Amino acid sequence: MSLFSTIVSQLVNGLQSGSIYALVALGYSMVYGIILLLNFAHGDIIMVGAYAAWMCMVNFHLHPVVSILIAILTSTLLGVVIEKVAYTPLRSAPRLSLLITAIGVSFLLENGFQLIFGAGAKDMSSAMTAVTGGPSISFGGTTLSFPAMLTIIVSILSMAVLTFLVQKTKLGKAMRAVSEDMGAAQLMGISVNATVSFTFAVGSALAGIGAILYLCAYPQANPTMGSMLGLKAFVAAVLGGIGSIPGAMIGGFVIGMAEALVSAVGLSVWKDGVVFAILIVVLLVKPTGILGRNITEKV
Amino acid sequence: MNQNQKRIPMPARYAINAALVVLAFVALNLITGALSSYYTKILMLVGINIILAVSLNVATGYLGQLPLGHAGFMAVGGYAAGIFLKAMPMPNLDKLPEGANAAAAHLQYNFYVVLALLLAGLVAAIFGIIIGVPALRLKGDYLAIITLGFGEIIRVVLLNIDSVLGFDFTFGASGLKRIPKAATVSNVFICVVITCLVIHMVMKSRHGRAILSIRENEIAAESCGIHTTYYKVMAFTLSAFFAGVAGALYATYVGILQPNTFGFMKSIEILVMVVLGGMGSMLGSILSATVLTALPQVLLAFDKWRMVLYSIVLILVMIFKPSGLMGTYDFSMSRLLEKFMNRFGGKKKGEAVKQ
Amino acid sequence: MSDYELTYNDYDSREKILPERDKAYTPVMEAIGLSIEFGGLPAVDDFNLTVGRTEICGLIGPNGAGKTTVFNLLTKVYQPTRGKILIDGRDTKGMSTIQVNRAGVARTFQNIRLFKNLSVIDNVLIGMHNHTHYNMLTSTLRLPKYWKAEKAAREKALELLSIFGMQDQADAEAGSLPYGAQRRLEIVRALATGPKLLLLDEPAAGMNPSETTELMENIHKIRDTFQIAIMLIEHDMSLVMGICEGIAVLNYGKIIAKGTPEEIRRNPVVIEAYLGKKRGEKQDAEGQ
Repeated sequence: MSLFSTIVSQLVNGLQSGSIYALVALGYSMVYGIILLLNFAHGDIIMVGAYAAWMCMVNFHLHPVVSILIAILTSTLLGVVIEKVAYTPLRSAPRLSLLITAIGVSFLLENGFQLIFGAGAKDMSSAMTAVTGGPSISFGGTTLSFPAMLTIIVSILSMAVLTFLVQKTKLGKAMRAVSEDMGAAQLMGISVNATVSFTFAVGSALAGIGAILYLCAYPQANPTMGSMLGLKAFVAAVLGGIGSIPGAMIGGFVIGMAEALVSAVGLSVWKDGVVFAILIVVLLVKPTGILGRNITEKV
Repeated sequence: MNQNQKRIPMPARYAINAALVVLAFVALNLITGALSSYYTKILMLVGINIILAVSLNVATGYLGQLPLGHAGFMAVGGYAAGIFLKAMPMPNLDKLPEGANAAAAHLQYNFYVVLALLLAGLVAAIFGIIIGVPALRLKGDYLAIITLGFGEIIRVVLLNIDSVLGFDFTFGASGLKRIPKAATVSNVFICVVITCLVIHMVMKSRHGRAILSIRENEIAAESCGIHTTYYKVMAFTLSAFFAGVAGALYATYVGILQPNTFGFMKSIEILVMVVLGGMGSMLGSILSATVLTALPQVLLAFDKWRMVLYSIVLILVMIFKPSGLMGTYDFSMSRLLEKFMNRFGGKKKGEAVKQ
Repeated sequence: MSDYELTYNDYDSREKILPERDKAYTPVMEAIGLSIEFGGLPAVDDFNLTVGRTEICGLIGPNGAGKTTVFNLLTKVYQPTRGKILIDGRDTKGMSTIQVNRAGVARTFQNIRLFKNLSVIDNVLIGMHNHTHYNMLTSTLRLPKYWKAEKAAREKALELLSIFGMQDQADAEAGSLPYGAQRRLEIVRALATGPKLLLLDEPAAGMNPSETTELMENIHKIRDTFQIAIMLIEHDMSLVMGICEGIAVLNYGKIIAKGTPEEIRRNPVVIEAYLGKKRGEKQDAEGQ
């Protein structure tokens, strides 16, 4: 393999994992934008989505498309349920309490699934071939695998739909209004509860899509799969400027690319360290991330 | 405040508390002799977790920040102590050579252990400063994230540093093995007492008040001329120091260290103890660390459910009593005695004075 | 350090200090061409003011005129875009809030910022932080120096609290105090930092008329006892006109008038820009 094709294939890897990070990061960012909560449980919504896909495909032998839809739906519902049960009662509580609750929910999902399904990974490589078994493209000695293409295309499509949703629709306008000023939005007749739930639903649906795309690359589900993936997506969201949708996308791709580059030079064991190092450097240089807005306390 | 209430003067308060500590120490030693090694192990683990919770409480409860990398400091302390003790010529107390002076050997052994504990605390404190200075420029969520990042980096470095150094230092994923098992119930107990005492003394002083003022209102604290950055780093470093000591105790308790023990999950476990007990209450931290450590160990069948229950309890406490079970309440033996004295006639106690 | 040469209880035995005495000294605060912009919009523009060593100075103006911004500039919560502030003749350029406080500027806040979960006396003791001298080791080992310094600080704090008769509430939680008492405690806390210039941001807000009268007397008393300058923002005109020796009127970030209460009362610019407009607003509100 030529140097060029090595670089290209690493770039493709970076794009593939980067777009998954970006999708998940969007969920973190949207939720933060609207209720200023770092939703620690977001990564675990991916895990639940992956388990749902595994149940449908391996246990119930459902059609892949049906399974995927059920998995995304499960994630979406879970996100809304978590918001209603755990976060809504705390809307006026100190931010710290809300953050700790989110950590608690994350813990509960991980350990609950471990209790129910065991700590071992659920293999679904044979089931996933129905999704990933598509044609791959070759050019200049490099092959662009079907899962990679699928992941990149689906992510870009999802982000386009999301941008349209937030910028052009009435619901999107409500979301922006609530994130700007919850009280004022309520006075304008916007249902804050519905808008927040909707935001969670959209963010969780993206996590569900992220789960399927993740399974395309690594076809197995385990209780802690969401924690590292979530953590890195979360880093991506913070990196890009939490609360900012384009920021989350940029952050996701930066993290994906950085990981691919570190692996390319043969230092893959340092991958996680590098991701967090980037986070620390960015936070210190620009504490609100690349596209984040500065919020100062009024005296 | 009622002017006619009787107060116990300061020296008497200290004497009462000192007597209680000595009493507890003697009682603990008596109990340990009668207990199986299984229960003494639990006792030690309880002690270690108390130190972790009480020290995290300094940063979380008193300073009002949310660091998510406490396990990182514990790891640093543990590895510092482990590597140090392995390098030192520790006498083998079980098999002393013929004619060796047993007392001198014990003294030498304990000297190294004390040195290891101090070293662990110091190394962790240095990491506390290195991490605290940049991290504490950030607030709230961002501080939580950046400390989480630092904690993870510490773990990744401990896992992979050997390949960079070219020799065995932390022994990576296979773990730092055969650390002398020096932890005993009594030295864990002494460490718990020292930790609580030092933190208490600091908190009941101008330095402690400065730390509390940052939690209460940072802008007002600055307007009172309090150097907030300095005190934030100070509280953070204090917190890291004792986490390091706890790490050293842990190292000498299990005898083997693996980087993945000190992941994000461990930090959260400690946080749960603090939050549950009530952020800002030392007694709360002590009680919840005790209960959360001892309960799953005693009820073994419960172990599978432990983490699930932890998380449910955490969520429920946040929803129904966000300030934790004890709130910021702190127990004072003297205050309790004063209550009794004032209720049941004041003439009994000679040292009671009017204030 | 003799942080508190004069004590409050000396008050009655002292003769009243008049602002005229200030003429012999340099002013305690001079703001020269002070300006700040937020996103290109001037919030305070070319603010010039001199406050005498024992002067009580009022800063008035309609809502949004930039009064609190001036306080934020003086305490370096914001750094000015242009202009400078001299405290006691010293340029405060580059100083932080903390350094300015140590240089002698203390303040209260419009939206009360007490240490709510701490006791009343702890609030005052925190104010005295830089006047309580012992290090970490001393306190951790509980050396005699610690006890001595703590005892002295506690006594001083109780004495400061006695200005407003709050010494009996020393152990109460600050957040549990009624609104007026919280405002008074903030003043005590600010005083505890040993200021030369005390900035009070709407000290009478939320107080009833009798409380306001009492507050006026106490502000006077504080000035006379501690020989400090006091600058206050207030909407209660009876208070401002009653105790201030000098008044500056701010509108749209600019000083539109300066003078004695009598001059301000008669100044047509002030009446038009401030009082007149305010009355107009009031009528509008009533008309709806």
